[in-house]
Amino acid sequence: MEGRTAVTAVQWTSEAGSPRSRASLAAKGFGAAAALVLATGLYLGLVVVPPDAVQGDVQRIMYLHVPSIVTAYVAFFVVFCASILYLWKRDLRFDAVAVSSAEIGVLLTGITLATGSIWGKSTWGVWWTWDARLTLTAILFTIYVGYLMLRSFAEDPRAAARYGAVLAIIGFLDIPLNHMAVQWWRTLHQPSSILRPGGPSVAAVLLLPLGINFAGLALMYIYFLLERVRLERIRHRTAELRLKRGRRG
Amino acid sequence: MAEAMVDAQGLTKVFGTTLALDAVDLRVDPGEVVALLGPNGAGKTTLLKLLATAIKPTAGGGRVLGVDLSKGRDAIRRRIGMISHNHHLYEELTAEENLKFAAVMHGMRVDGGPIFKALTEVGLDGQARRKVRTFSNGMKRRLVIGKMLLFEPDLLFLDEPHNTLDQAAIALLNGYVASVAARGGAAVMATHNLSRAYGMADRFVLMRDGAVVRRVDKRGLSADQLRELYGRYAESAEAAGTEGVRQGP
Amino acid sequence: MVAGLLRRTWAMTWKDVTVELRARERVNAMLFFAALVLFIFNFALGPDREKLREVAPGLLWLAFLFTGMLGLGRSFQAERENECFEELLLTPGDRESIFFGKLAGNVLFMVTAEALILPLFGILYNLDIWAYLPSLALVAFLGTVGFSTLGTLLAAMTAHLRAREVMLPLLLFPLTVPVILGSVHATEAILAGQGLGQVSHWLKLLCGFDLIFLVVSPLAFEFVLEE
Repeated sequence: MEGRTAVTAVQWTSEAGSPRSRASLAAKGFGAAAALVLATGLYLGLVVVPPDAVQGDVQRIMYLHVPSIVTAYVAFFVVFCASILYLWKRDLRFDAVAVSSAEIGVLLTGITLATGSIWGKSTWGVWWTWDARLTLTAILFTIYVGYLMLRSFAEDPRAAARYGAVLAIIGFLDIPLNHMAVQWWRTLHQPSSILRPGGPSVAAVLLLPLGINFAGLALMYIYFLLERVRLERIRHRTAELRLKRGRRG
Repeated sequence: MAEAMVDAQGLTKVFGTTLALDAVDLRVDPGEVVALLGPNGAGKTTLLKLLATAIKPTAGGGRVLGVDLSKGRDAIRRRIGMISHNHHLYEELTAEENLKFAAVMHGMRVDGGPIFKALTEVGLDGQARRKVRTFSNGMKRRLVIGKMLLFEPDLLFLDEPHNTLDQAAIALLNGYVASVAARGGAAVMATHNLSRAYGMADRFVLMRDGAVVRRVDKRGLSADQLRELYGRYAESAEAAGTEGVRQGP
Repeated sequence: MVAGLLRRTWAMTWKDVTVELRARERVNAMLFFAALVLFIFNFALGPDREKLREVAPGLLWLAFLFTGMLGLGRSFQAERENECFEELLLTPGDRESIFFGKLAGNVLFMVTAEALILPLFGILYNLDIWAYLPSLALVAFLGTVGFSTLGTLLAAMTAHLRAREVMLPLLLFPLTVPVILGSVHATEAILAGQGLGQVSHWLKLLCGFDLIFLVVSPLAFEFVLEE
């Protein structure tokens, strides 16, 4: 028989898959740091900082809500870049980064929606309003959930990677267009307190928990990303080992 | 030594968890008709599609008509023809319209003249204005041959081309393949019809489960011997792996 | 070379239109569905004329979009049924002309449906559409092109998938929110007699959307088609 079972195109370094590897230890380091930083930030924001004069205690949820959505955008930008890199280089490792980042992004967006909704209920008395920010976040959520679903329906991992990459690129290009459209449509939300030409209007002491939480979430993102990519690469490796011959039909 | 029509090494294709093709080498010289023999799932169709650039290999590569598979896909597509059991014809269009459409998409500028000539040569001039939906399988296959006559490919790929054909169509098909080989072209035909293969081909490549198990020349081989070899190598599980005396490349 | 591109695009569009005219599957379904939608809106929303006039632009575009979605879902039906996807893969030459040919066909079908829905809409909801026809047509065209561009790309992507009938709307609608908002607001302004100047920012958004995705989608199509 002439065949050799060398499927060289899907070879992965085995070391990254092992739980004791350097990559995994680094990930755990990030995880520990994330837990520490987030705990600090959340403690500061939820307990230490004085309650908002107007909105009361519920405003504290912003210390989680805002960093959450910002990190989500970072995650989706990473998906965008990884997708372009995948289509260019066809290295499945880029695809592993893309899908992992997308999953975390969806998680963070979900947290944003939930915290935003809770804040809304407390402030405006309703669980949902169609204001610009919430709507945009909901659209973002739907786009990337769609991304994950598209991938799950594709039969072949490479097709999933390819379709996903195209969708991720289109989706990311779409975001600014959505921003403009939805914002022109509605403006109930508080005008941005931080991203304003004159500089942040929030008092400096209140910026600290925001910054710390953002750092904490960023660390958490890196931790999840590293672990999830490792998982994905193990999955690739397993698929390679489980290759059955013929019978494609 | 004339340049090979096909010169590929290590062609591998993975679909999800199925190894459809495992490091297959193939060389086809001008004037040759090569038959790929094997049961369903052997990888014959996958190999044809890879060489026809319809799909990309997971690993491996080579040259078709002197053009690199990974670089000159367009150049290859211009000079090959694929005849498969799927007709690739639009049922709602007439025979003439199907040819016209195919010709334009192929980049040819043709008016009614060459199209009518092609239809006449396959005996469909009377049915030129009838919708393909009304055609029998034999007529559809003849129309596909008509398409080939328009394109004049140098290399033919055939995938179970004799299925469901009447005698007249079979004769036309075999004659056409022979004519392509006679003028310096070549053909690669996948089939599990051993008698037809024996009648048409110069060389036989036996495949099983994605790999090549045996290669034989027709010289000095009787039809019964071919049948026996096929039964021994391509079909039985025990024989796989035994290295017998091999003839031919 | 450009001539060849145009010829192939034209051939693709011609093929889609001819096949459809003879099979009569898509356009019939679209028109029937549109009529159904318009009637049901009436029953669902009640007979209050004033309320209906307020939401009329939105209703109109709901009808356009759902009908368009139906048509888009069938874009690659002919290829699927006749097993011609492989043929497309084997066709030499650029993929962009295949995309544009498909797109032109889809826009044509959707615009045809819209051309029939609009008068029906005017009658059922007692709106004077004829006075504003040119502006309405422009907005409808811009919106249709935007919707169909992404729609054609996603239809190609989902053509092979299980649950494609669910996946196409799920993917397409969030991405085309700018088109929906822009078209509805522009239509609203037109029907209120305000003219297009009031909504120039929406029109610019529509044009921008169309341009961006008319450039990106054919390039992306290449990646979607390959296997």
